Parts: sequence; C-alpha cells; structure tokens
Amino acid sequence: MTEKDFIQEKAMRNNKFRLSFSRKQLCLPYGVFLALFVVLPLLLIVFYSFTDKDGGFSFNNFIRFFSSATTLTTVIISVLIALATTIICILLAYPVAYILARSNLNRGGTLLLLFIMPMWINFVLRAMAMKDLLTIIGVFGFNNYVNVIIGMVYDYLPFMVLPLYTVLSKMDKSYVEASKDLGANAFHTFTKATLPLSMSGIASGVTMVFMPTMTCYVISDTFGNGLITIIGKLIDEQFTTFQNWNLGSAMAMVLLVIMLVSMWVTGAFKSEDTRGNNL
Amino acid sequence: MTNEKMTKTLSDEKIIQIENLTRRFEDGVVAVDDISFYVRKGEFVTFLGPSGCGKTTTLRMIAGFDKPTSGRILLNGEDISYLPPNKRPINTVFQRYALFPHLNVYDNIAFGLKLKKVKVTYRDKDGNEIEKVEKLKKWEITAKVQKALKMVDLEGFEKRSVSTLSGGQQQRVAIARAIVNEPKILLLDEPLGALDLKMRKDMQLELKEMHKKLGITFIYVTHDQEEALTMSDTIVVMKDGVIQQIGTPTDIYNEPKNSFVADFIGESNIFSGTIVGKKKVRFINHNFDCVDDFAVNEKVDVVVRPEDIVLVDKGQGQVDGKIISSIFKGVHYEMVMLVGKTEIVIQDTVERKVGEEVSLKIQPNDIHIMEKEFSSNKYDGYITKRNTVCFGDGEFECDVTQLYPNSILDEEGYLITEEGDRIDLTDVDVEVEVGLKDIEISDDADKGGAIGNIVSMIYKGDHYQLIVRTDENEEDFVFDTEDTWNENDRVSVIIPKEKIKLKIKQEIKR
Repeated sequence: MTEKDFIQEKAMRNNKFRLSFSRKQLCLPYGVFLALFVVLPLLLIVFYSFTDKDGGFSFNNFIRFFSSATTLTTVIISVLIALATTIICILLAYPVAYILARSNLNRGGTLLLLFIMPMWINFVLRAMAMKDLLTIIGVFGFNNYVNVIIGMVYDYLPFMVLPLYTVLSKMDKSYVEASKDLGANAFHTFTKATLPLSMSGIASGVTMVFMPTMTCYVISDTFGNGLITIIGKLIDEQFTTFQNWNLGSAMAMVLLVIMLVSMWVTGAFKSEDTRGNNL
Repeated sequence: MTNEKMTKTLSDEKIIQIENLTRRFEDGVVAVDDISFYVRKGEFVTFLGPSGCGKTTTLRMIAGFDKPTSGRILLNGEDISYLPPNKRPINTVFQRYALFPHLNVYDNIAFGLKLKKVKVTYRDKDGNEIEKVEKLKKWEITAKVQKALKMVDLEGFEKRSVSTLSGGQQQRVAIARAIVNEPKILLLDEPLGALDLKMRKDMQLELKEMHKKLGITFIYVTHDQEEALTMSDTIVVMKDGVIQQIGTPTDIYNEPKNSFVADFIGESNIFSGTIVGKKKVRFINHNFDCVDDFAVNEKVDVVVRPEDIVLVDKGQGQVDGKIISSIFKGVHYEMVMLVGKTEIVIQDTVERKVGEEVSLKIQPNDIHIMEKEFSSNKYDGYITKRNTVCFGDGEFECDVTQLYPNSILDEEGYLITEEGDRIDLTDVDVEVEVGLKDIEISDDADKGGAIGNIVSMIYKGDHYQLIVRTDENEEDFVFDTEDTWNENDRVSVIIPKEKIKLKIKQEIKR
C-alpha cells in the first residue's frame, strides 16, 4: 500500500464514519434508558413473582394472592372505583369537550387551557387542597367510597377532556350535516353519528383514566381517611411494610394482566381508521 | 344533445322559488347578494361559478344547513327558509361524500330509511280503519337499499366497509344514500370534484341518466363549465354572490349576457369595442357588421369564440395579422394570431405555421356584443421602496397597511403585521382598484401621479364619463366628473391616498 492509497483510505474511512452517524444512532440513548429502567425492572418483577424468599421457583405468591379474601376484595374494590370514576369522567367530560370543540367559546384555546391546567399542578398538593375544600363546604366525610371517587374524578377529568376534545374538534362537520340531511333530529344525530364517531376519543380517555385510578393510592389514602385500600396500596405495603418483594411482584403482575385486558377491550374501538386521532 | 333538450318539455310547476335571498356572514362578507330565481319540477339546474361566488352557500340554504340573512326559500309555495334540514324533503350528495366510517355500505344507505316514519292504516276487528305512524319494516328497508344499490351499479357491496371503497364507489354510495329516501329534490355539491377525468365523464352521463329515470329535481353545484353544459337543463351562472345569467346551456354558450359569462363558459376572445354605426362595431381596428343593435358611440365588450374565427390567406379576410403560436389539441389546432398589439385565439382544423401572415374572417352572427360593465378601474401594480404604488404609468401615494389587517408601519418603512411579523413590501405585486368617483384631474402636470390625454368624454345625463389615456402603455383611467373638459386635453391624474384599494397578488415569503 502506497502512502497515497493509505491517505485515501483513511479519508474514506473518516467519511464513512461521518455518514453512518444516522438517525438510528440518535435513538441509542433512549434505547439504553429503556433497557435499564423499563425492560430490566420488568424482568425482575417477573423473576420475583415466580420465586420464593430463597430464590427457588414457585407459584406460591399467586396461590397466596388468589386464596386471600382480603386481596381479592381489594382488587374488586379497585376495579369498581376505577369503573365508577371512568364513567363519571365520561359523563362530565363529553359535554365539556363537545361545547369546547363546537362553539366559538374556545377561541384561541383559552377555555380548554382552563380545563387542562390542573394537570400542571402537583397532584398530591391538588388532592390535599381539594380535600380541604370539600371539608369546608361540608360535602366531605359522609361516605369514604364517595370521597375517593370524588377525588379520583377531580384528578383525572382533564385526561378524559383532552382526547375527547381532540376527536370532536377534528371531526368533519359534514357528518353531522349528512345525518340531519337524512332526517335525523338532534338526538339521533348524536347517538347515530357523533357518538360512534368519537368512540376512539372515549377509548383513549378510558385508557388514561381507568388504569391509573386502580393504583393511585395517594388519592384513596387522602380521601378515604386511610380506610379504603386499593391494589396500588396493597403492592406498596408488600414492598415497604412487609418487605415481601415476591408477593408484591406477583400482585404487580396480576395488575399488569388486568391492564392488558382493559387495553385490549378499549383498543377494539380504536382499531378503526381513527387511530392516531387520540393522544 | 341539443335537439333532445329542445324537444324535452318541462312542467311549469315551480318546485323551488328563491326570493331576494341574501346571506351575510358574521365577518360581514356577503356570500349571496339578493338573488331570485325558480326551479321547475323535474329540472336539472346547475349553479355555475368560480369558487367564492356563493353557489355552495345557496345550495346549503336550500338544504337547510345555512339560514338566510334575508329573503325566502319556497318549496311548492311553502316557506321553508328556517325549517331544519331533517324536516325538508331534500337530500344532499356531499362534496367529500361524508359517508359514515363506522357503518358499512348497507347501513350508510339505510341510515335515512331507519329513521323514517310512515303512516300505515290497519283494520281492527270491527272493520274500523286505524291509522298508525310506524317505522319502516326491515324487509322494506332491505328492498329499498337493494334497489338503490342496483341503481348505482353496486349490487353485492352491502357488507363492505366504506373505507375499502374507491373514490368512484364511495361517490355511488353517497348518491344511493341520498336517492333511497325518495327526496323531492336532490342537491349535489361538486360531487365529481374528487374523481379523475375519465371517471368524471362517465359519472356525468350516469347522473344525467339517473335524473331521467328518477324524475326528481336535481340541483347541482360546480365550477366546471363543461360539466354544467353537458348535464343541465338550466344553468345559473353566479359571480360574487350575484346571478349573472340564467338560461339553457345553448343560450349561455351562444348568447352570454356579459363578458364574465363569456369568459367563464368556454374559451373566448373578449375585445373592447365601439359601436360606429347601425349594427356596426369597431374592434381590432376594423369595422365589423354585427346583428346586435346598440347606440352609436357606445363602448361595448365584443365576444368572439375561437372556433368562430375563420383563417384565410393574407389580404383575403377582414383583418390581417401574424400567427405567433400554434398548438395541436387533438381535434383542432389552437393558434394565436397577433393583430397590432391584440392576441386573438383561434381554433381551426387546418394548421397555420408560426410566423405565417394570415387574415381572419368573422361572420356577423358570431360577433356577440354586450354592454360594457364598468364599475371600477383595475390595474396591475407594485409597491415601491417609499411605500408608494406604481400603476397606470404613474406613481401614487397609498396606504400599504390595508394589505394586512391591523398592521402598522415602523419608522424604517417596514410593515408590522398583527402577528408581529416585519415585512419589506418593496416590489410586491398588487392588484389596484380605483372607483369611478375617486379620480380627479388637473391641468397642472406635477399635481398628479400619472399624465395622459383625455380620449373620450361621454355625457351620461347628469355627469360626464371621461377616459384619460397615458402615452407609454395606453393605460386608461375612467371616471365620472361634473366638470367640463375638452377631448385631447393633457392632464394629470390625481387619486386621494385613501381611495386606492390594494390587494396582494400572492403571499409574500417572510
């Protein structure tokens, strides 16, 4: 190899190095992050849930979970609270999103901002403030379940308003016109056109409200006077109070399955061409 | 086609009457301006005009999606102006079809039928007739949907999802969804706009066929003049919210009422002419015989269709000129002939070579003369460094902030828009408009922005209409004045700053 060839090759190699610095490589930091802080912990949870204290393989954690009346009641209560919260959120958020999307009230998005602004305030702080406020006006305290649901709805309402608003404001007005043109009155237009066409927004909203409410024990603790336990709290106790990481992991796994099922259910609504319209 | 239209008799029954209909939007824009017309039962009527002419707004008011600001819409003599769309026996085929994506083809078409309620008479045990209002039976709906699908050639498509259909098929479903309800009137809002040319031509004929078969009134909106000419019984030509002409396709094509209609319907040459004698008109420096009778010395627009001009060898025709371009168009050649400074478009099956000296002939009944509509002076201009405007061979002071709403000028002469953008307006091309009452003239050559000679002075009853023509590019300033001047006076043109209306020709890059 002559010197000239050598220099040429070196230049080429430099050139090649610079060119191959592609977009894919820019994903590397996130890839590392993902592997270290998402995939690895997940694998650890799977490992812990299928082992006993000495590290031997066992199904005992799951058997304990499903044979205990206390844990099963907690799961049912969690699901019921999440369900009630989600339904109330839909009922409250739909009219709000509809009015914001359709009328001139929301010019420049100011009004929408008012609805989603609570999302920017620390939610522990928000929950405490809400509790105090409810106590002052005297609504608080007559039933712990109702209290928890009030707190959850208050906290998660913006997550329902936003996807619904997005879907409704993007919806082509000619669908409504077509429906009226074909003889539907305002009620039928809503039930037969607007509502089915906004299902993807509802599905997004449900995903963003139903799942977090099952685990958000800060709110159940604050609003339930410490008397309401949801599955998130149960897991926390296993890891902190009882130091039983194996049972805690098994509970987390059960929760994961519940979430996957609910995602699959809501995902069925999203599979139409409206995918991507939501958040 | 023409014969068929001539022999086809339409009933005189007026299904739709529009009386002084006006629609002013919240921002003050008048989309439809005091229009009146009627539609006969079974007629195929087309609203034709460029975008923003008010044709779609008119259609939307007939459908009920938009409410008139004033005026009335009568359906069979009944005022329906404020009736909601679901109460009107009218169905619409939307521009982008608006098929419900969550329903399949069958359910889309059955949408209206499932909501419909009909009166059914029963006979009870004692033989008394009882009238009940009930929904259509399932088998009735199925039968109707299938009939509609057959009509649009989509049998067997019932279970298909609308998103899997092609544009043409979606179009057919949209038509089926509308006609299945047996409306009295079918409204079609540019329904073929999204289809390719070949498909569009096929659909035009199919729609025409469907109109014949169904016997219902069609009101069609389009900006495509050919589509309008092919399909309609009657065409309503609109511009700026005002009806320009109503007539059969033949009338509209052969006897356009004004230069706008002539220009919009088909290719045409439009000349400025002057009537020089009884049934004699002068344009392109020649006196032509014509068939229309106008007052002598009146300024007119002369319209000649490119296919009505005959080319002959030099010296054999009425006006000599030179061919400057020739393009083969399939059936004919489209040639441009230059006579003096005027370009004339000619269509002929015989090609004349570029550069050839030729002569043209026009038959008297191919010369269509119409009153000159002159409401304002329009010029092409540009903004200078000093934020003045150059047009009509002159330079005038103007208010450039009108180009952007709520904008202001900073000390350095840049325009600051409402959004805070800083724009340099130098050399921006603008359209300039000056009203007939906004121009003054002066003997003092330094007083005005442009200089020219008075070339015409016509007495209009209580004022004179003057034309000042500049030397360089022969730009005309037309205006009304009560003062008396003399023809050939050399004057300067004065236009007050606030009377110059400017419009940007295209968006400037920032």
